Amino acid sequence: MKRSMSVFNVTTLTLGLAFLYLPMLLLMVYSFNSSRLVTVWAGFSTQWYGELLRNEQFLDAAWVTLRVAVVSSTIATVLGTMAAWVLVRERRFLGRTLFSGMIYAPLVMPEVITGLSLLLLFIAIGLDRGILTIILAHTTFSMCYVSVVVSSRLVSFDRSLEEAALDLGCSPMQAFGHVTLPIIAPAVISGWLLAFTLSLDDLVIASFTSGPSSTTLPIKIFSSMRLGVSPEINALSTILISIVAVGVVVAALVSKSQIARREIEEREGQK
Amino acid sequence: MDTKPSPAPFAPWTDPAAVPLIRFEGVTKRFGDFTALQGIDLQIYPREFFALLGPSGCGKTTLMRMLAGFETPTEGTIWLDGQNIAPVPPNKRPVNMMFQSYALFPHLSVWDNIAFGLRRAGQDKDTIKARVEEMLRLTRLDQFARRKPHQISGGQRQRVALARSLALGPKLLLLDEPLGALDKKLRQDTQFELMDIQEKTGTTFVIVTHDQEEAMTVASRVAVMDAGRLCQIDTPQHIYETPNSRYVADFIGEVSIIEGRVDSLGEEIGIAYAEGQKPVMTRTGGTEVALGQSVFYAIRPEKIWVGAEPHPDRINSVEGTIVDIGYLGDVSTYHVRLDSGQMIKALMTNAERYAASRFTWNDRVWLSWSRHAGVVLTS
Amino acid sequence: MKLNPRRLVLISVPYAWLLALFMVPFLIVLKIALSDTAIAIPPYMPTLDLAAGWSGIRDFFSELDFENFTWLAEDDLYWKSYVSSLWIATVSTFFTLLIGYPVAYAMSRARPEWRPLLMMLIILPFWSSALIRVYAWIGILSSEGYLNQVLLALGLADTPLSILNTQTAVYIGIVYTYLPFMILPIYATLEKMDESLLEAAEDLGCTRISAFWRVTFPLSRPGAIAGCFLVFIPSLGEFVIPSILGGSQTLMIGKVLWEEFFNNRDWPVASAVAVVLLLILVIPIVLFQRNEEKNA
Repeated sequence: MKRSMSVFNVTTLTLGLAFLYLPMLLLMVYSFNSSRLVTVWAGFSTQWYGELLRNEQFLDAAWVTLRVAVVSSTIATVLGTMAAWVLVRERRFLGRTLFSGMIYAPLVMPEVITGLSLLLLFIAIGLDRGILTIILAHTTFSMCYVSVVVSSRLVSFDRSLEEAALDLGCSPMQAFGHVTLPIIAPAVISGWLLAFTLSLDDLVIASFTSGPSSTTLPIKIFSSMRLGVSPEINALSTILISIVAVGVVVAALVSKSQIARREIEEREGQK
Repeated sequence: MDTKPSPAPFAPWTDPAAVPLIRFEGVTKRFGDFTALQGIDLQIYPREFFALLGPSGCGKTTLMRMLAGFETPTEGTIWLDGQNIAPVPPNKRPVNMMFQSYALFPHLSVWDNIAFGLRRAGQDKDTIKARVEEMLRLTRLDQFARRKPHQISGGQRQRVALARSLALGPKLLLLDEPLGALDKKLRQDTQFELMDIQEKTGTTFVIVTHDQEEAMTVASRVAVMDAGRLCQIDTPQHIYETPNSRYVADFIGEVSIIEGRVDSLGEEIGIAYAEGQKPVMTRTGGTEVALGQSVFYAIRPEKIWVGAEPHPDRINSVEGTIVDIGYLGDVSTYHVRLDSGQMIKALMTNAERYAASRFTWNDRVWLSWSRHAGVVLTS
Repeated sequence: MKLNPRRLVLISVPYAWLLALFMVPFLIVLKIALSDTAIAIPPYMPTLDLAAGWSGIRDFFSELDFENFTWLAEDDLYWKSYVSSLWIATVSTFFTLLIGYPVAYAMSRARPEWRPLLMMLIILPFWSSALIRVYAWIGILSSEGYLNQVLLALGLADTPLSILNTQTAVYIGIVYTYLPFMILPIYATLEKMDESLLEAAEDLGCTRISAFWRVTFPLSRPGAIAGCFLVFIPSLGEFVIPSILGGSQTLMIGKVLWEEFFNNRDWPVASAVAVVLLLILVIPIVLFQRNEEKNA
């Protein structure tokens, strides 16, 4: 195999990655700019981080967002895992086509429509908009993502493992708890993480379903953005990007070291 | 091929007073329009090593899964130890199964895999420990107890699966193609190990396999299945030497089948199979035939003698041309076309080096065999 | 199959949730889209009165009309914004393909031990907020932004280019946001391609470049088509990008719907816009599914 990268390929990759990362790097660098004029460098400063921490509105919004994300992603993981199970294992029941349609449709539904329709529902049933309505909305669309992630794992799950558990004396519930769940756990966890970040990042659906007392961070950021670039937003963005980047990198390293350990163990096993 | 000495003292199926462990009574299983099993009647006795043999899709796996509790019969009853097991769920049956894929729990160590069933049964720690260690010793897995399934070899995995399914001390152990994933050499060693373990534990084994050699080696009795029906249930020796149909004769080992008509009766009957050829003379071995009835004569290749002249002591001798030779080292097989066009397979042991070169393609040879060499089949 | 309680719970809980929070809201949108504008200012409609029995249902249906849709057809703002959405989504998808394909190709040619890292680098931005990623471009594209600073400093431009608040900025935003969606499916098809196919093509007389056009490209087409749909479908209903980068001149349906709802508080028209948007989306979604099934 010829595996030397051509100049063309190296250039393409460099430009591609620069395109993806340069805007975010600029934003992060300029969050340490001491000038309020964001695009003119005037020296290093962490003052905007300080101001951010003193900004009650941002802190409140962050707290709301975090609560919504934790609760909605947890409910969505439970519901999404159930839905995935139904999609993969229940071949025949009344309205199966409608059920799978309702799982896949929200994935391609424009957010403005999802938001609008949920808002109209909440008004129709007289539910006051607040944290609860955002949680309901986020759970609904993120459970569909969870069920897609989990069902792709369940499809390749060897069912004879469950049969073996039943054969060895497990009730169906015990078989799920002792065998199925531990094995599909990585998919369930990544489903939860996906639901969590979707909820954390969502602007459109939250805008429709939130009330005046329940502004989320993206809503707050968006309303500040309309006034143009501000150093506080730069600082906030830097914090959020860093958290996500650290999280993803750590997750990748952990799973990579697990794979590596497994390979070493396998080599030992062959001896 | 069949080197197993006949299990003379152990033959409960010949004893009318013996009580079977499992009894199938008119069991039929349908999946929608498809009939997987049709009117199965079968008895399996305690301590038997019973093999279900057949091509894929013949219903053998369905039959086994009904014993494990993963399928229920559409019609008929399955009795286990005098109890109808249809309403008993798999987790409540005194039956354990070794899965074709082994189904070892990947997140648990070898030790925990073996202890899995014992823990579910709520046994105390010391009992579990003692039992798991006993199983590890039985299957020679002591050093691997802490490994995960993906850290051991295929043969070791197979033994873990066996240990796990034996740990609960089931009355009946089901083995679904237990050796299918092993390579040939390992498979042969493991067959004897299985027989050894079966003898030591005294458990009744039911094995599903499509490999006739494996069934013949391990089993006390073999049931040959085809398209949802039981064709013949008998000891390996009887299945091989006295098959009851063309299907069984053909499925087990090599055979040549001559189609003909009974043209003389007597101590030996004559089977005419072609114009102007001397009929095949054979004993019937108890098969009732009438004059003029069309029958099949099945003969194994190793029962035929190949020579340049007719064999003086054999009742049947016929001339033909060699069209193909397969040299396998220990033996050679000859495909001979008789002058009537009938193909016959014959087998010769290569007792001397280079003896195989005695005959070659297109040589004229004589095939001779005795009056006891073949069987007369009516179906 | 028996309907045991465990099965019943497993099916009915997610089913009921989706019916209540996905299906019913969608039907409400449909209903409001068909309601009268005059009586449809909040409280927007006579609710379906099931207690009134058949006459209630009949009244409900007799009130429905297509007035809102006629309104959409007559006012050229909506026409323009639908057409402009389609145009923007198409152009952006084209540029995403143009940039994404070479990157995916280069990734698939990289050494195997580098590929997981490259994959992660492509996916990583996707995990951080789209809002922030789009926002990052304001600082670059504004008239005193980094891009203009560089251009002016290098003497490539005499006066600052105004890119922010134009359609060009929206194209850039969409390409930037959805680039991973294009790269990953193309990379997936290229990566599993058998290297010996190219060697065979060269053995049979192709040059490197013609081998690419005759072998590699056709084989990667399913991935490229999937990538195009994955970019086109969400960008059609996009709201965040046009509202942050597009300025007031850029028309996109998502933005119109938002403004109709939040600024004009005309819920029936907003609902009608939503229904038409969905109808437009059905075509690419069905085509996408066909493509996926064909290559499954």
